[in-house]
Amino acid sequence: MGEVTKARLGVNLCGIDIDNPIIPASGTFGYGYEFAELYDINVLGTFSFKGTTREARFGNPTPRIAECPSGMLNAVGLQNPGVDAVVTKELPRLKAVFDKPVMANVSGFSLDEYVEVSSRLDREEQVGWIELNISCPNVHGGGMAFGTCAGSAETVVKAVRDVVKKPLIVKFSPNVTDIVEIAKAVEAAGADGVSLINTLLGMRIDLRKKKPLLANTTGGYSGAAVFPVAVRMVYQVSKAVKIPVVGMGGVSCAEDVIEMMLAGATAVEVGAENLRNPFACRDIIAALPEVMDKYNINTLKEIIGGAH
Amino acid sequence: MKQSFFTVKDNIALTHDIMKMTLLGDTGDITSPGQFVNILLDGMYLRRPISVNDAEEDTLTLIYKIVGKGTEKMSKMGAGEELDILTGLGNGYDTKKSGGRPLLIGGGVGVPPLYMLAKQLIGEGKDVTVILGFRSARDVFYKDEFEALGAKVCVTTEDGSAGIKGFVTNAFDFAGDYTYTYCCGPEPMLRAVYNASKTSGQYSFEERMGCGFGACMGCSCKTLYGNKRICKDGPVLEKEEIVWEK
Repeated sequence: MGEVTKARLGVNLCGIDIDNPIIPASGTFGYGYEFAELYDINVLGTFSFKGTTREARFGNPTPRIAECPSGMLNAVGLQNPGVDAVVTKELPRLKAVFDKPVMANVSGFSLDEYVEVSSRLDREEQVGWIELNISCPNVHGGGMAFGTCAGSAETVVKAVRDVVKKPLIVKFSPNVTDIVEIAKAVEAAGADGVSLINTLLGMRIDLRKKKPLLANTTGGYSGAAVFPVAVRMVYQVSKAVKIPVVGMGGVSCAEDVIEMMLAGATAVEVGAENLRNPFACRDIIAALPEVMDKYNINTLKEIIGGAH
Repeated sequence: MKQSFFTVKDNIALTHDIMKMTLLGDTGDITSPGQFVNILLDGMYLRRPISVNDAEEDTLTLIYKIVGKGTEKMSKMGAGEELDILTGLGNGYDTKKSGGRPLLIGGGVGVPPLYMLAKQLIGEGKDVTVILGFRSARDVFYKDEFEALGAKVCVTTEDGSAGIKGFVTNAFDFAGDYTYTYCCGPEPMLRAVYNASKTSGQYSFEERMGCGFGACMGCSCKTLYGNKRICKDGPVLEKEEIVWEK
């Protein structure tokens, strides 16, 4: 990427300069190296790797995926190889193809687990940020349970804050009554940033079998359809907190990135769109300068929260 | 894997609910029989995975069943229309393990990918026997095409209205002394063939997919050698690694 483009697209995310604000979202980009077979993933700002837990997890039974209007449901259930394998196998494979700091997405089922996995990944040189996922809608007794109540969100963020040195970004759920309250609690607990929105809890029923389409009954709704909900929540949260907001939810094109940043996002994650178009993030980054020209935007930095 | 645009050459009905679409485009990434493509359709969010029936230099043939909104939309497309397709997905069948007399067993929409497999095996000088299972006579397709390749073909139907009455496993006698088993079809059929087959083999599985290229973990399954993704590490699994769960 040329210096001029870097100057136009670059942003600072919780103390780390990134070439552009585009970040493939956790769960849609694996541990990165498979996309590196398709294009040079160093064009990305960074990416958030697959949500990692202490132990290896198979996740939920299949079917885990269902089509929806302008989107999809998933109930993968945090399938991952466990933190040991991530450190010893996935990160070394990633190192061969990605020379930027990566965002480590951490999930868990207990306070201890969040603390242990976060501190383990915090020590890895390749990790730039910890993205603490307290919002997975597809596992029971964990994930979202921590992120839907301000008190428990604050407890887990404080505990993790005490053990990690790197910037801590907390990813939370839209499946709450008052997202601003949670955001404020997370900020007060010491988070360096927040990322939102995780998927919206949804469900579909198979008309032939007259039973839920997903083996897990419910799943998380993502894709273009949720974009307006995400813009609204990013707008509300970024007005209420001082720390950077990473906006995500239904982002599909360069115009969506600009809209999300005007709403208050410092950086933007792209999720489901990667699954329809494996080149989505590369294409969005390539399209940004021209779309910025069209709307008389010189640098992306200057438009963050521009709609406030 | 490659993303490219294909142009529909024709799109014809083979039975009351089975269609055959021939497309022109770059098939360079299709390297094995048993692989699939993933098609983006107007108005559908996720791509539709369809097995490759045949791939030649610039021609891709897909045979698909109209089962939902996506395939219904495909069935209405005509010559000249364009489709955004990811090609070269999945591992496909390995013909090296077949021995001299491979047995190929397909059921319903599991039949189409066996055509390219039979063609390749026959091209390698092997003596190919095919058992094709359908519900009823009106569902039968591609018997003549397999015979034209030079395969010995046996058809079974559940109601006995064509070929041998019953399931594909009722036709094992027809296969004689086979060296290897290739199978594609619904999971109950795969399991029945797995139990009835006396040889090693390769079985192609189906699962609802998100991306089709290994990113989303939507179609994972357990095997004796760890978790695999049907779309990327499959859809073809070796008999020796299969774990039956459901």
